[in-house]
Amino acid sequence: MAQFRVCPDSGFYFDKSAESLMKVHAVAGVVALLVAGIMALGVVLTRWQEVHLLPADMFYQVLTSHGINALIFWIIFFEIAVLYFASSTLLRTRLAAPRWAWAGFALMIIGAVMNNVAVMQGNSSVMMTSYVPMQAAPHFYLGLILFAVGALIGTFVFFGTLVIAKEDKTYDGSIPLVTFGALTAAIIAVFTIACGAIILVPTFLWSIGYINHIDAEMYRVLWWGLGHSSQQINVAAQVSIWYLIVGILFGARPMSEKVSRGAFLLYILFLQLASAHHILVDPGMSSEWKVFNTSYAMYLAVLASMIHGLTVPGSMEVAQRSKGLTKGLFEWLRKAPWGNPVFSAFFLSLLLFGFIGGITGVVMGTEQINLIIHNTIYVPAHFHATVVTGTTLTFMALTYLLIPVLFRRALFLPWIARIQPYVFASGMTLMILFMLGAGTLGVSRRHWDMDFTGAALSFEYPGTAYMMMAVAAIGGVLGIVGGAMYLTVTVGSLLFGKKLEPSAGILQSFIGLPLADSAYTVEQPARLEMAPKLPVEEHGSGGFEAPGTFVLAMFLLVSFVVYYFINWDYLSSVWPLS
Amino acid sequence: MSSFLPPSERIWWNVPVGKQEIVWIGIALIWCLIMFFMMPYWHIYGKQNLSNEAYQTTPAKFQAKVDEMVEKYKVGEEAGIPIVKPPAGSDIYLLGRLWQWYPIFELEKNQTYRVHLSSMDWNHGFSLQPVNINLQVVPGYEMVVTMTPDQAGEYAIVCNEYCGIGHHTMLGKIYVKEN
Repeated sequence: MAQFRVCPDSGFYFDKSAESLMKVHAVAGVVALLVAGIMALGVVLTRWQEVHLLPADMFYQVLTSHGINALIFWIIFFEIAVLYFASSTLLRTRLAAPRWAWAGFALMIIGAVMNNVAVMQGNSSVMMTSYVPMQAAPHFYLGLILFAVGALIGTFVFFGTLVIAKEDKTYDGSIPLVTFGALTAAIIAVFTIACGAIILVPTFLWSIGYINHIDAEMYRVLWWGLGHSSQQINVAAQVSIWYLIVGILFGARPMSEKVSRGAFLLYILFLQLASAHHILVDPGMSSEWKVFNTSYAMYLAVLASMIHGLTVPGSMEVAQRSKGLTKGLFEWLRKAPWGNPVFSAFFLSLLLFGFIGGITGVVMGTEQINLIIHNTIYVPAHFHATVVTGTTLTFMALTYLLIPVLFRRALFLPWIARIQPYVFASGMTLMILFMLGAGTLGVSRRHWDMDFTGAALSFEYPGTAYMMMAVAAIGGVLGIVGGAMYLTVTVGSLLFGKKLEPSAGILQSFIGLPLADSAYTVEQPARLEMAPKLPVEEHGSGGFEAPGTFVLAMFLLVSFVVYYFINWDYLSSVWPLS
Repeated sequence: MSSFLPPSERIWWNVPVGKQEIVWIGIALIWCLIMFFMMPYWHIYGKQNLSNEAYQTTPAKFQAKVDEMVEKYKVGEEAGIPIVKPPAGSDIYLLGRLWQWYPIFELEKNQTYRVHLSSMDWNHGFSLQPVNINLQVVPGYEMVVTMTPDQAGEYAIVCNEYCGIGHHTMLGKIYVKEN
């Protein structure tokens, strides 16, 4: 019985089960993003001191919900969809064990709902990090555990699909780079979820009184083994999607398979160590441990990101130059499809993740510099640059690509889609930059009132800090508008977008019902052939095939060096400590 | 188009790498190593480092050390919290608890103090403003940091680790006097 559908626009073959599973995971992710976005409004309008919208208990509740729905549920639901795409679709194979995949999805849904209910009930305002001995309701932890188990099942379905593809010889040669990157993400995911289980299961048992005591520092170290490593899953996934997008939009070929895959390998080997940067000002860990781990082993994993930072846009430049866009250093970029939201969201995410997210992250992960940054609002500024203007913006780019291809609907209100990446990116960037500034002035994160109303003693932040928090909040509101635009286009397309395939209705889109039988015409797709060999062409200068990208990369490096030493300078003005 | 196709060369790991990638990897690697070695360098030549000195303790044990110090060196009170003026060079003990930093200190400029930090209950964040020194204060752990206040003035200790509904009222103080 034919179970594959071939997409007439993209040429991708969709296995029936994989197709349904990808859709429901994407929809679930977007629902989580919607909740996170609504909560975000509560957060920014409260941290804007002149507005101070929510009372303290509701603020902390909303902040907890925002963090978990954004950083865990939205991102991981979407990533499981990406894993299924990178395996089943790209390798033209049936999905391994679809029933297990559905079981995994069910656990993720149950877990996400359970955790959200716990937070909504008001006794689990413990932030995403839920640091012990602060205690949440048992179903807070149980929800996270079930979600993690479901995600782990999805990860193993991905591995199984790779095995099937290899055995059934559905492709010739090695797995494509995008699949390799997804594999990197999946391997890191196994480590991450293992850490999560090791710390959250005992914490759950403690919350029901079965375990007496959990050491507060041990909890922090292990939790961050889950917490930061999960961000490294995001990095690997988003870089893979970048390669996919330049491949699809420009026919770009990786500049060097060895270099790109080597960089992914560095991620697998060293990214987990970075969780130590959450422990840099904690008691009990030695400086040697801190220095080695926070540097991801001498910054080898940072090197990997810097490599992708060259090879992703570099491959796009090479492809553009081979099409004749060779005038000067940047014609390839000026004449890129900036009106296509797939491209604009992708390229903005590359720039913002690199320049802001990456640089601020490495700087504040420096053992000694961390002490002028830890728990200030600089920290959420950094991670909004990485997971929002980086990962989330990348996922938005992929969504615009997949709505016609996977869901078979045309984009609803395409003019909104065209400007959405710019609105979202500018709002978030404004918020991020001013939060960085406020953090440098010492404003705290996760704090309801910078006036310290009700405190026995008093302290006043400088007026600039209040101004920065206000501008940051305005940026945040603009970013939320950008998020609402994304939701309007995605949900609107599934409800009102023109059907590219007549049977792509609401049930097909939202709960993953298969399309009409007549859409599935292929029993076994033709074997995926290796990429055609192309003659080596020289369109760059002096042996540099992507000179414009090299200039951009050097600009990044100079910014990095300058900002890095500025922060050592800040540190040197602080009280001598030893 | 081959990012999502199998590589065109079966033995892709033998395909020579272009000059541009090699130059960039070299430059980036050097920068990474510079950043790495800055940290041990600062341990040797820099003036702001954490000590690694920490002990396992209990709230009762640490509270006892705080109380002993307060009894010996109390010089006043503010908002019901004792102000303590310890001798230069001594060990001073600061506890955080829901929702208070205890006690208040009066220190001397350019003198050195061994500051011991611990929490009586949950995680707290020692955030000294406006100098912006931020440390994690953990129950069951006593962290020692040697501090030399180098400017006179009035400093606040903001709690920047979320610790429940009264988190924003948790504000301590350190006075640094000219000698």
